[in-house]
Amino acid sequence: MLMTFLGQTGLQHLGGAAALFPVQPPDASTIAGGVDQLYYLLTGVTVFFSVLIFSIIFYFMIKYRRRAPDEVPPETHAPLALELAWTLIPSAICVVIFFWASYLYVRNARPPAASTEIFVIGKQWMWHIQHPEGPREINELHVPVNQPVELTMTSQDVIHDFYIPAFRVKKDVLPARYTSLWFQATKVGTYHIYCAQYCGTNHSEMIGWVYVMSPTDYAAWLAGGEQNESMSASGEHLFSLLGCSSCHAGAGQTGTGPSLAGIYGQSEKFSDGSEHLVDDTLIRQAIVQPDSVQLPNYKNIMPTFKGQLSEEQMLQLIAYVKSLGAEERKNGQ
Amino acid sequence: MSELPESLPVQAPHLNYLNSTYGIRSWLLTKDHKRIGLLYLATITIMFIFGGLAAFFMRLHLIEPQGALVEPETYNKLFTIHGVIMVFFFLVPSIPATLGNFCIPLMIGARDVAFPKLNLLSWYVFITGCSLALVAIFSGGIDTGWTFYTPYSSTYSHTAVVWMASGIFIAGFSSILTGLNFVVTIHKMRAPGLTWFRLPLFIWAMYATSIIFILGTPVIAITLFLLGLETLLHVGIFDPALGGDPLLFQHMFWFYSHPAVYIMILPGMGVVSELVTAFSRKKIFGYAFVAFSSMAIAVISFIVWGHHMFVTGQSVYAGLVFSVLSFLVAIPSAVKVFNWTATLYKGSISYEAPMLYALGFIGLFTIGGLTGLFLASLATDVHLNGTYFVVAHFHYVMVGGAVMAYLGGLHYWWPKITGRMYPDVWARIAATIIFLGFNLTFFPQFVLGYMGMPRRYAIYPAEFQVLNVLSSAGASILAVGYAIPLIYLIWSMRYGPIAPQNPWGAKGLEWENASSPPVTENFEVMPVVTEEAYNYQPHNYQGTEGAHGV
Amino acid sequence: MSDAATDHAHPPGFAHQFETIEQQREAGSLGMWVFLMTEILFFGGMFTAYTVYRALHFGSFEAGSHLLLWKFGMTNTAVLIVSSLTMALAIRSAQTGQKKGTTITWLILTMILGAAFIGIKLYFEWYNDWKEGLVPGLHWIASPEHTPGVEQFFCFYFFMTGLHAIHMVIGLGILTVLVIMTARNKFSPEYYAPLEISGLYWHFVDIVWIFLFPLLYLIGGRYQH
Repeated sequence: MLMTFLGQTGLQHLGGAAALFPVQPPDASTIAGGVDQLYYLLTGVTVFFSVLIFSIIFYFMIKYRRRAPDEVPPETHAPLALELAWTLIPSAICVVIFFWASYLYVRNARPPAASTEIFVIGKQWMWHIQHPEGPREINELHVPVNQPVELTMTSQDVIHDFYIPAFRVKKDVLPARYTSLWFQATKVGTYHIYCAQYCGTNHSEMIGWVYVMSPTDYAAWLAGGEQNESMSASGEHLFSLLGCSSCHAGAGQTGTGPSLAGIYGQSEKFSDGSEHLVDDTLIRQAIVQPDSVQLPNYKNIMPTFKGQLSEEQMLQLIAYVKSLGAEERKNGQ
Repeated sequence: MSELPESLPVQAPHLNYLNSTYGIRSWLLTKDHKRIGLLYLATITIMFIFGGLAAFFMRLHLIEPQGALVEPETYNKLFTIHGVIMVFFFLVPSIPATLGNFCIPLMIGARDVAFPKLNLLSWYVFITGCSLALVAIFSGGIDTGWTFYTPYSSTYSHTAVVWMASGIFIAGFSSILTGLNFVVTIHKMRAPGLTWFRLPLFIWAMYATSIIFILGTPVIAITLFLLGLETLLHVGIFDPALGGDPLLFQHMFWFYSHPAVYIMILPGMGVVSELVTAFSRKKIFGYAFVAFSSMAIAVISFIVWGHHMFVTGQSVYAGLVFSVLSFLVAIPSAVKVFNWTATLYKGSISYEAPMLYALGFIGLFTIGGLTGLFLASLATDVHLNGTYFVVAHFHYVMVGGAVMAYLGGLHYWWPKITGRMYPDVWARIAATIIFLGFNLTFFPQFVLGYMGMPRRYAIYPAEFQVLNVLSSAGASILAVGYAIPLIYLIWSMRYGPIAPQNPWGAKGLEWENASSPPVTENFEVMPVVTEEAYNYQPHNYQGTEGAHGV
Repeated sequence: MSDAATDHAHPPGFAHQFETIEQQREAGSLGMWVFLMTEILFFGGMFTAYTVYRALHFGSFEAGSHLLLWKFGMTNTAVLIVSSLTMALAIRSAQTGQKKGTTITWLILTMILGAAFIGIKLYFEWYNDWKEGLVPGLHWIASPEHTPGVEQFFCFYFFMTGLHAIHMVIGLGILTVLVIMTARNKFSPEYYAPLEISGLYWHFVDIVWIFLFPLLYLIGGRYQH
C-alpha cells in the first residue's frame, strides 16, 4: 500500500498544487476514490518497471559499451531461477491487480435496491433525459447528492455511450435494448457528460452537464418548471390510447392477452420452453416484435407497434407496466 | 560454421538480384522474394505517407478547442482514414511483407519461399486492395472510424464504406497468402542442420505471426463481407432496426482485430531479438523462453477480444473471463522484455541506429504494454475506455513499438538489401528525434484520457487545450523525424558507400553466407548449419582480451 | 549435398526453389492444408453469425427452412458426393499410371457433376425463390406470414450457398486447368501433386455443403411435412 499512498499523495499534490494543471477529474462519486486508488497502483507499477528497464538499459549501455571493433564478450549463462522469477513475479502482480479491479467492478455492477431511476435516450446528437416524476431535460441531468441513481438508457439510432468522468462511470447506449449504469454522487457541483462512442458528425458536441444538488434543491427543481405528469401516468394514458387495455386487462381479470400485473421482474416461461426474465428490454421486444415472446395458452395475435412509438413513449409504457402490481420491483440487470 | 570465407571483399557491385535483370517487366513479373519485398516496401511507404498526412492534419486541427483546420465531418474522415490505412495498409503488412519476404529465405538457407508465384500474386492482391482504399478516400472518404461499428456504418453513414470494406477485404487475402507461404517455407525449406531450436528468433516470431494471419484474417473478411451486403441490400445482419445485432458485429470484428495487433507487434519483437543480439554480440538470454513466448502470444491473442467490449453491457462474467485472459497475454511479453535486457549484460554494445531503435522499442513497449494493464483491469477500463488513454496506449505499442522496430530492422538489413550503407550520423539523429517527438506526442494523451477527454472528438472543452497543444507539437517533431530517413535511405541507394558483406559482424546465414546484396538464388553455395543461433561465443568462451570479464 | 538435385534430370514440374521433388510435394500438400484451414475460418465466421441468429430467432428460421425445396438440396448433396468419388478416381488413375484419357474422363465427369450442382441450384432453387419473392434486398415480397426473422434466414441462405457456389465455380476453373495439364502429359505416377491438392480442395467444398444442407434445409426436421 505504500506505493499507493505515495502515488496518491504525489498525484494529488500535482493535482492540488496545480488547479491550473489537473491530472484527474474531480472525485465526485462513491466509487471514484476506489478507482483512483487502483489507478495509482497501476501507475506505480508502470513507473516502477519502466524506470527499472530504462535504467538497466542505460547502465548496461555505458558499462558494456564496445571498446574495440573486434571485441567478443564472454559467454553468460541464463539461470532458470531468473527466468522463473521474472515470469512469476509479474504474474503475481497481475493476479493482485486483476482481483482488486474485478472486486471493484463486480461491487459496482449492481445498483443499490433503493435507487432513483432516471431514463436516458441518446440520439444523434443529444441526450434526452426523463425523470419518472415527469420533468424532462436535454443534455442536462439534475440529480440529488448522496442518493443512488440508476440510469436506464437506450438509443434511438446508433450506438452512443454515456460517460461521466467525475463519477468514473460509463456505459454504451444501444438501439433496441436497454443498458444501465448507477452512481451515487458525493459532492454538490457541476460535472461533464460526454458521449464516448463515436456516433457520427457531431459526436463531439453530444456533451452536457450533471448538476448534483442538495436534496432540498433537487426537490425544488423537480417541483418547479413545467408541470409534466409522471412517466407512469403518461404510460397509463398511452396504454388505453393504443388499445393495450382491451386485451391486457388489469389485475384479477382474464383477457385475450396475459395480465401484466406484477409481471415485471418475474421469470416467464415461453411457449418454446425457454425461460426469460421480464426486464425493460423484454417488454420493449414484446411491444415491437410480439411473435418473439409467445407465452403458452395465448394465441399469437398481438399486433406489432413497431414505428408507432417514440423511445420516450416506450419508456413511459414500460414505467407504467412496472408500476402495476403491489410487488416490489426487482432489479432486472 | 559456414562454408564460405569470412567476408568477400567487394569493390564494385557484383552480379546480384538487383542488377541481374533490368526493366520494368523484370520487376513486375519477378518471382524473387527479395524483389517482391522491395515492391511491398515501396507500396507501404506510399500508404504510410497518406496515413501520416491524415494524422498530421488531425493534430494540426486539434491545437484549438473549437478546431483549427476543418469541419467535424472532415475531421471524422481524417481519423478514420488514418486508422484504416495505418492498420490495414501499413502496420499489418509492414515487417512481414518487406523484411519477412526479404529475410526469411536467407535466414533459413533457402533459395526462395515455397510458393514464389503466390508471393507475387499476394503483392498484386495487396495493391488492388490499396487502390480500392484510395478510391474510397478520394471519392469522399469514410467517417465510420476504422472499427466500422454498426448500425452507424451500415445504415447512417452515407460514405464510401463499401469501397473501403472491399479494399480491406482484398488486402486481407494478401495477408493470408503471405502467412501461408511463410508457414510452409519455415516448415519445409530449412537448410540441412537447421532444426527448430536453432532458428533465429525472427523466424519464430514470423511463424507465430503467420498463424494469426491464417486463422484471424478470414474472419474479418467475412465480417466486412456481411457488412457490405447489409449496406448494399438493406437487410438485417447487424442493424437492430432490421432485426440484426450490433454487438455481433463487434464480436466478429474484434475476433480478428485483437489478434491483428499481435500481427503488428510480434514481427517487431522478432526484429528486436535480432538487433539486440547483433549489437551486443551475444547469444540471446533465454532462447527457449523467447521462442515459446511468441507462440504463447499468438495462441492467447485469439481469446481476449472481449476486452474491447467491457462497457457494451455484456455480462459481468464475460468481463471477468476476458479480463483474466488479457492479463495472461501480458506475461509472455514481459518475459521477452526481461530477456532482451539481460542479453545486454556483459555484452559488447555498439550504438548504431538499429540498436538505438531496438533499445527505444524495449523502453516504449514496456510503457505501452503496462498501460494495457489499466485497460485489462475492469474497474479502470470503465473509466478509460473510449478516451485518449486508449489512444496513447495503442500508439505506444504500435508506433513506439512496431514502427520503431520496423525502422530498426530496415536500417539493420539495409546494407544486405541494397548493398549500400546509409549515413549513420543522420540515422542516429533521426532515431533520437523520433524518440523525443513520439513521447511528447503521446505521453500527454495518457493524462488527457484519465481527465476524461473522449477519443474521436473534433471539438473539445477548453480545459484540455494545453495537453493537446503539447501533443501536436510532438507530432510535428515526429514528422520531421520520419522524413529524415526517407531522404537519406533513398539517397544512399545511389550515393551511399558500398557495403561489405557483413558490416555489423553479425551471426546469421544472411550475413555470413550471402553477399550484400545477395545473388538472385541467395547463396553461391547452399549452407549447412552446425551451430545454434547467435553463437557469438563458442561454449564457455571467456571473451577477447579487454572484454568485460567483470 | 546441396547441389545434388541439379545434377540429375529434373522430374517434370520441378520448381527450383526446392531441393528435391519430395520436398516440393510435401510443401504443396502442407500449403493446401493450411489454405483449407483459412477456408474453415472463413466459412466459420458465417456459420457463427448463422448460429447466433438461429438461436435468437429459431421459430423464424424454422419457418424459412420449410420454404426451401429440400428435395433439390438432397439431390445436390448426392451429386456432390458422387463428384468427390469421380475426383478421387481421377487422382487414382494418374497415381497408378493409367492412360491420360482415363484421368481426363474422370475429371470431366467431376466437372459435369459440379456444373449440375450449380445448374440445379440456380434454376430450380434460386430462380424459384426469385419468382416467389424470397430474395432479400433484391426481390423480397413481404407477407404477413413472414416474420422479420424469415428474411434474415433467407439472407443467410443466399450468403452461405452463394459463397459455396463461388467456391464451386473456382473449383470448376481449377478442374479445367487440370484437364488441360493432363492432356499435355504433365502427370505421371511420379508427379501428380496438382491433382492431389486440387482433390483436397474439391473434397473440402463438398464437406462444406454437407454441413450447409442440414443446417439450412432441415431445421426442425422435415418429417412433419
